[in-house]
Amino acid sequence: MNRRLLLVSVASATLFAAASAARAAEPIRIGSFLSVTGPASFLGDPEKRTLELYVGKINAAGGVLGRKLELVVYDDGGDANNARTFATRLVESDKVVAVVGGTTTATTMAAVPVLEEAQIPFISLAGGIEIVEPVKPFTFKTPHTDKMACEKIFADVKKRGLSKVGLVSSTAGFGASMRNQCLKVAAAHGIEIVADERYAPGDTDTTPQLNKIKGSGAQVIVNADFGQGPAIVTRNVKQLGLELPLYQSHGVASKSFIDLAGPAAEGVRLPAAAMLVAEQLPDDDPQKKVVLDYKTTYESTQNQPVSTFGGHAYDGLMLLVRAIEKAGSTDGVKIRDALRATKGFVGTGGIVNMSATDHMGLDLSAFRMLEIRGGTWKLLY
Amino acid sequence: MSPGTRTKLVVLGALGLALVLVPFLLPSAFHLRVAALVWINATAALGLALLMGLAGQVSLGHAGFFGIGAYATALGPKHLGLDPLLSMLLGVAAAAGLALLVGRPILRLKGHYLAVATLGLGILVHLVLVSEVAITGGPDGVQVPRLVLFGWRVAGPEVWYAITGIVLLLAAWIALNLEDSSTGRALRALHDSEIAASVAGVDVARHKLVVFVIAAVYAATAGGLLALFNRFVTPDVAGFLRSIELVTMVVIGGMGSILGAVVGAALLTVLPQALTLFHDYEHAVLGLLIILFMVFLRQGIVPGLAGLLVRRRPA
Repeated sequence: MNRRLLLVSVASATLFAAASAARAAEPIRIGSFLSVTGPASFLGDPEKRTLELYVGKINAAGGVLGRKLELVVYDDGGDANNARTFATRLVESDKVVAVVGGTTTATTMAAVPVLEEAQIPFISLAGGIEIVEPVKPFTFKTPHTDKMACEKIFADVKKRGLSKVGLVSSTAGFGASMRNQCLKVAAAHGIEIVADERYAPGDTDTTPQLNKIKGSGAQVIVNADFGQGPAIVTRNVKQLGLELPLYQSHGVASKSFIDLAGPAAEGVRLPAAAMLVAEQLPDDDPQKKVVLDYKTTYESTQNQPVSTFGGHAYDGLMLLVRAIEKAGSTDGVKIRDALRATKGFVGTGGIVNMSATDHMGLDLSAFRMLEIRGGTWKLLY
Repeated sequence: MSPGTRTKLVVLGALGLALVLVPFLLPSAFHLRVAALVWINATAALGLALLMGLAGQVSLGHAGFFGIGAYATALGPKHLGLDPLLSMLLGVAAAAGLALLVGRPILRLKGHYLAVATLGLGILVHLVLVSEVAITGGPDGVQVPRLVLFGWRVAGPEVWYAITGIVLLLAAWIALNLEDSSTGRALRALHDSEIAASVAGVDVARHKLVVFVIAAVYAATAGGLLALFNRFVTPDVAGFLRSIELVTMVVIGGMGSILGAVVGAALLTVLPQALTLFHDYEHAVLGLLIILFMVFLRQGIVPGLAGLLVRRRPA
């Protein structure tokens, strides 16, 4: 009987000691919901890999505020309803201190009310401008917006001494959104949109639209779309013998575009993140080290080429870690205040300077102007 | 007490008990949210269960009606300045009208014409929601204003849990009465043999149409509830995969069983949440479970288990 009592007390003492030790080093929980499967998986998959990779690295280096990070990732499959359920779960069940996630604009916007109400800082990885305009107290984002792509293109058009733009865009999500932004900011940049042609996703020929642009007196063509559409437009422009400069968007910033469009892609210009031309950046470029480090780390561990999307997740996680360290606490409001005060953070997407009215913190320098030469990207400036 | 009345009481009693017990067992806002989603999905699945189980017809575009209900609730206030609840009712009416229009010619034909026609209809609705960006907001979705009833702002998972639960109870009550009515008996007759039923004087086409319209109304109501509950909708709600999901709920729970539709909806809504512990393999495990259910409980969970109980009972 006595021995049993002893055993029980030893066991409970051990348990108690273990429990209190665990409390002292209780991990900081960071939540994420990403579209790892479904139509947006080409975005969500590298994001998830990046978050897991870097949380592991941060923990190996001693964690944050002397505590380990614990990452809770859910796959929303690209469905906004799921995203909202998982956001609720992160808040209610997992009790996370902050969220880095939201692969698409739709999943992000579905989760925003939940996280805002719980006062949990949320760094979105989606492009839509409505995420940060109007500014919501606890919502931030890392990727560039379509509006910035339009502005970068228009600035380059002006630099060439041209002003008449023929716009051709897809009616699907990204193309439609970028078209709206381009139409909105054109006048402010002294650009006249002389043609506004659209095609449906899956169209295999855009020569009718391009012929209309030809007859409109346009001096340059701007194509807003991603996937196969831009390659078709690029080929059609060459086939029609149009001698107009062609601009694509950051939506085509992957090697597969050059492969699809073939020799017709020569001379096409596009705004893109520094990641695409990491090696070409001049040595005094502040982003060069960050971008190259991320690229080598990702490619050596994941056995797949790096993408800008994973970079958005890297930027989000690093911004958050920096903010937690600066706040010295895991309190939501304090982290938010520290995030807002971010100045001069060098990420893969650009140099981030946030404020109470700017929860993205990127300016046009975050986009580089590239031209396709000899079947590869050439950094112009 | 007639057997019909007894079934009614058992089903409604079981549902009511579940409705009351869940908040005590799982009180967190997250659990209540998932439960509310179960009630919403169950309402949509219930209508489909009537169509599939009673009339023997399949709708492969049922999410289209769901989407019409959801988007009417979102777009009425946005473009016309209507009250969200009124917009939802208009959406339900629109879905019923559309079902009537589509079902009327098609249900006169025999065979799988309705399945093909609804498949097209569902895809069309989804296409419009995705491409008419200026009206619907496109793939990025659209916000829904908060529901205000007589100055009371309807908010909080507990409130929505109660609302969706009561709607489901009401939907189940109507469905049970329909099953037990002359229409229900006529439908069962034509399900077994259309020729025999028509010889016996049953207006086959009319009865099929009635249940098709009811199914559309259930789906649109569920869609409207989801829009009000989430206060945000995307075209995903009307997607083809959603339609398949609804059919799966009915089949897995047990075709023609009211309780089966609820169990099927609960299973397909709760399982993805429970299976997150399998991380990268959650989809594989979900698929495996569905296959196992279909192999071992071929008639669906509720009729299958009920059958097992009856067989085990000593004679």
